[in-house]
Amino acid sequence: MGLDTILAMLLTVIAAATPLLLAAIGELVSEKAGVLNLGVEGMMLVGAVIAFATTVGTGSPALGILAAMIGGMVMALAFGVLTLTLMANQVATGLALTIFGIGLSSLIGADYIGTPVDKLASLSIPGLSDLPVIGPLIFGHDILVYLSVAITVAVAWFLKKTRAGLILRAVGESDLSAHSIGYDVIRVRYFAVLFGGLTAGLAGAYLSLSYTPMWVEGMTAGRGWIALALVAFASWRPWRVLGGAYIFGGVTILQLYLQGGGDIGIPAQVMNMLPYLATIIVLTVISAGPWRGRLDAPACLGKPFRPAS
Amino acid sequence: MEPGHDVVKEHPRLELRGITKAFPGVIANSDVGFEVAPGEIHALLGENGAGKSTLVKQIYGILKPDAGEIVWDGREVDIPNPHTARALGIGMVFQHFSLFEAMTVLENVALGMDDPGKDRTALAKRIRDVSESYGLPLDPAREVHTLSVGERQRIEIVRCLLQSPRLLVMDEPTSVLTPQEVGKLFETLRKLKAEGCSILYISHKLNEIKELCDAATILRGGKVVAACDPKAETARSMAQLMIGAEFRSVARREAGKDTGPVRLTLKGLNMAPEMAHGVPLKNIHLALRGGEILGIAGVAGNGQGDLLAAIAGERKAASADTVTIDGKAVGRSGPAARRKLGLCTVPEERNGHGAVPDMSLTDNAMLSAHKRMGFLKAGFLDKGKSRNFAAEVIKRFDVRTPGTETAAGSLSGGNLQKFIVGREILQKPEILVVAQPTWGVDAAAAATIQQALVDLAATGSAILVISQDLDELLTLSDRIAVINAGALSDAMPAATVSVEEIGLLMGGIHGSPEDAHAKGAA
Ligand SMILES: Nc1ncnc2c1ncn2[C@@H]1O[C@H](COP(=O)(O)OP(=O)(O)O)[C@@H](O)[C@H]1O
Ligand SMILES: [Mg+2]
Repeated sequence: MGLDTILAMLLTVIAAATPLLLAAIGELVSEKAGVLNLGVEGMMLVGAVIAFATTVGTGSPALGILAAMIGGMVMALAFGVLTLTLMANQVATGLALTIFGIGLSSLIGADYIGTPVDKLASLSIPGLSDLPVIGPLIFGHDILVYLSVAITVAVAWFLKKTRAGLILRAVGESDLSAHSIGYDVIRVRYFAVLFGGLTAGLAGAYLSLSYTPMWVEGMTAGRGWIALALVAFASWRPWRVLGGAYIFGGVTILQLYLQGGGDIGIPAQVMNMLPYLATIIVLTVISAGPWRGRLDAPACLGKPFRPAS
Repeated sequence: MEPGHDVVKEHPRLELRGITKAFPGVIANSDVGFEVAPGEIHALLGENGAGKSTLVKQIYGILKPDAGEIVWDGREVDIPNPHTARALGIGMVFQHFSLFEAMTVLENVALGMDDPGKDRTALAKRIRDVSESYGLPLDPAREVHTLSVGERQRIEIVRCLLQSPRLLVMDEPTSVLTPQEVGKLFETLRKLKAEGCSILYISHKLNEIKELCDAATILRGGKVVAACDPKAETARSMAQLMIGAEFRSVARREAGKDTGPVRLTLKGLNMAPEMAHGVPLKNIHLALRGGEILGIAGVAGNGQGDLLAAIAGERKAASADTVTIDGKAVGRSGPAARRKLGLCTVPEERNGHGAVPDMSLTDNAMLSAHKRMGFLKAGFLDKGKSRNFAAEVIKRFDVRTPGTETAAGSLSGGNLQKFIVGREILQKPEILVVAQPTWGVDAAAAATIQQALVDLAATGSAILVISQDLDELLTLSDRIAVINAGALSDAMPAATVSVEEIGLLMGGIHGSPEDAHAKGAA
C-alpha cells in the first residue's frame, strides 16, 4: 500500500466521520438538556435536500449551507413545540419527525434527482495546502469539516466552562431543581433542541454538497441513527463523540478497502457490521474503564417537564 | 417579641395580604396574611398538606399567587421568579432539595446564585470559609450523589448564606440534622437574626420552634387559623392548634417488659461502602429480640444506608452466617428470600427506593406485599386485593391522596412516608427495619406511625429503627445503639440514657470512633 493509498484512505475517513460528528454533537447538546430527539435522521435529510436545492437554485453553496441550518432548525422547532410546549412523548414525536423528514425531503427533492452540483470547494491556503501529505490531510478540506471539529471544541468548552453550559446541564440533570432556583427549563431546552436541528442540518448539507454532491432519496442511509447511538456510547461527552465518529468512519473505510482488495474469506455482511462493532466495543470499554463517570446519562433525559405556576 | 432595636416604627420586612393559591382540585392557600418583622424568626406551622410549602414558593417566585399582595419593606412587590426574589434579598432552603446529583457542590452552589463570579477557585474558597465558619463543613469538589442527606442539606443552607439574605425561608431544614447540627444551625440563625436578617421557619419539631422562634403563624387547610407566641405555648398546645383536635401522644410500653427470642442477628458484619467516600461498616454485632424496639442513632452518612441494605439483603454479606433470621443464615440471600422469612424494610429514600414514583399506590402495595399478603392468584396478580390493602393503609395512616390509583410520586413527602411505613407495618412483619420513620411527617401523623410501631412490637415483632431524631428514638426504643463512622456501639437501655450522652456518641461528623467508644465505655 503506497503513501497515496493511505492518504486517500485517511481523507475518506475524515469524510465519513464528519456528518456523524456534526449530527451527534448537536444531539449531545439536546440530550444534555434532557431532550431525546430521535428525529436526527429526518432533520439531516431535510437539511441535505434544502442545501442541495438552494445551492442549485442560487448557485451559492454558502446560501445552501445556511438554508440547511435553517431547515434543520425548523424541523427541530416543530419537535420542540410538540414535546416541550405540548408535552407530547419525545420518543414517539422523534420517530414521527424522522418519518416526516423522509417524506418531506423526497417531495422537495423529486425534481433534483440526477441534477449535478459542484462539490463544496476545499479551502485552499496558499503554501500550506500545497505541502505534501500534510497539505491535503490538514489544510485541504471544505469548511464543514473544520466546522464540525470547531463545533465539537466549542461544545466541550461551553458545557464545561461556561455558566450557560452549567445551566444547560443542570436542566438536563434535574428539571425540578433548575426550575425551583429560577431557570426557565423550557426555554433552555428549546435552545438546545434548536442547536441539535442546526447541526443535523449541517450534517445533511455535508452529505449532499460534499460527501456525494447530488441528491438521492434517503441519502443519509441511517447515519442519523448512528449519531444517536454514538452520543449514548460516548457517555454524553463531546471528545468521545469525536473519537467515536472517527473510529466509526475509520473502520467503515477500512473494511471497504479490505472488501475491495479481493476475497478474504469473511462474508461481506460481517465486514459491514465491523464499524458498528468496533465503535460500540471501544466506547463501551472506555465507559466501563477507569474513566468511567458514575452518572452518565442526564437524569431527566426524555422526561417531559410541566412546571406548576 | 424581641426587644433589641429602638422602637422606631419600622416597616415589616415581609407582609403577606390575602394570598390565595389554588391547584386543580385543592385550594392550597386561602386568604393568608401575616407579617415578619426585621430580625424576627417567624415560624410557619401546619400539618402535612396545610399549604406551607406552597406559600413560601410564592414568596420565592416559583409559584404565582392567584390573588393577594406581597409587601417587602413596606413596598408592594411582584416576584415573578426566584431571580427577583434573590435580588430583593430572599434566600430559600427547600424541603425537597433543589440539587443536581451528578454535579459538584461548587456547581450546585454556583447554580443557586445570580452572580457567583467568574473565578471558581475563589468561590470554592468562599464556600469552604462560610461553611466552616457556620459549622457546616462542605467540600466544594465533591459530587452531590456521594453525599449523605444531611450534607446535602448543608449545600442548600450554605448557598443561601453566601448571598447574605435579608429574609431566609427554611422549609423543614432540620429533619435530617443531629442535635449538635441543629444546635449549630440555631447559632447560625441567631447570628443572622442579630445581623437583622428575618427568618421564616417551617418545621414539624415543635420543641425547636419553642426554642428558636419569636412568633408563629399556624395554617390548617390552607387558611391561617391562629397566631401565637411559641414561647408561651407548649408543644402540645401548638400541635392541637395545627390539627384542630385533641392531640394524642404515643403510649409507651412499660419499661423492662419481657422480650421474646432473638429474631435477627448480625455477627461481625464488615462491608465496603456502596458509594465512593462512604464509610465501611466495621465489625457490627447486633441481636434483635421479638417484642423490642431497638433504636440506632447516628448522623446521616455514618453507614446507616449500607447497614440497612445489608440487613434487607440488597447487599450481601461475605458469608451467610453473618446475618441470621430466626437462626437461619441468610447473609447471602436476597431481599425476596428475607422477606419470605418475615423481614420487612423501609428504606430512607422514599421516591425510587421505598416506592416506584410513577406507579400507583395499588401497584406499590403489590410490589412489596404480594407474597406476604397473598395477592397472587395462581401466579396472577390480584389487583383487587392489593387495592383493598392500599386503601386500608391510606385509611389507617391518614394518607392524604385522591385515591389508590394515584401515582406514588405525586404524593407530598410526608404523605408518601405515611404510605410506605404503613404498607410495611400492616403486613405485620416478624421483623421490621425502618429508617427515619417519621421524616417530614407532621406531629399528629408522626404519633400515628410511632403508635403503630409500638403496637406492632407489642404483638411480638422485632423492630429496628434507624433514625437521626433522638426524641423519636427515646420515645420509641427499649434500647438505643449509636452508629458512628461505620461502627455500632453497644445498645443501652433507653430508660437510663440521656440525649446528651447519645449526642456525644454520635459525635457529629467530626467524631472519631475512638472517641465514641471511649465515651460509650465511660
Ligand atoms: N404542584 C401542585 N399541584 C397540585 N397540587 C399541589 C401542588 N403542590 C401542592 N399541592 C397540594 O397543595 C396542598 C398543600 O401542599 P403543600 O404546600 O406542599 O403543604 P405543606 O408544605 O404544608 O405540607 C396539598 O394538598 C398538596 O397536595
Ligand atoms: Mg411542605
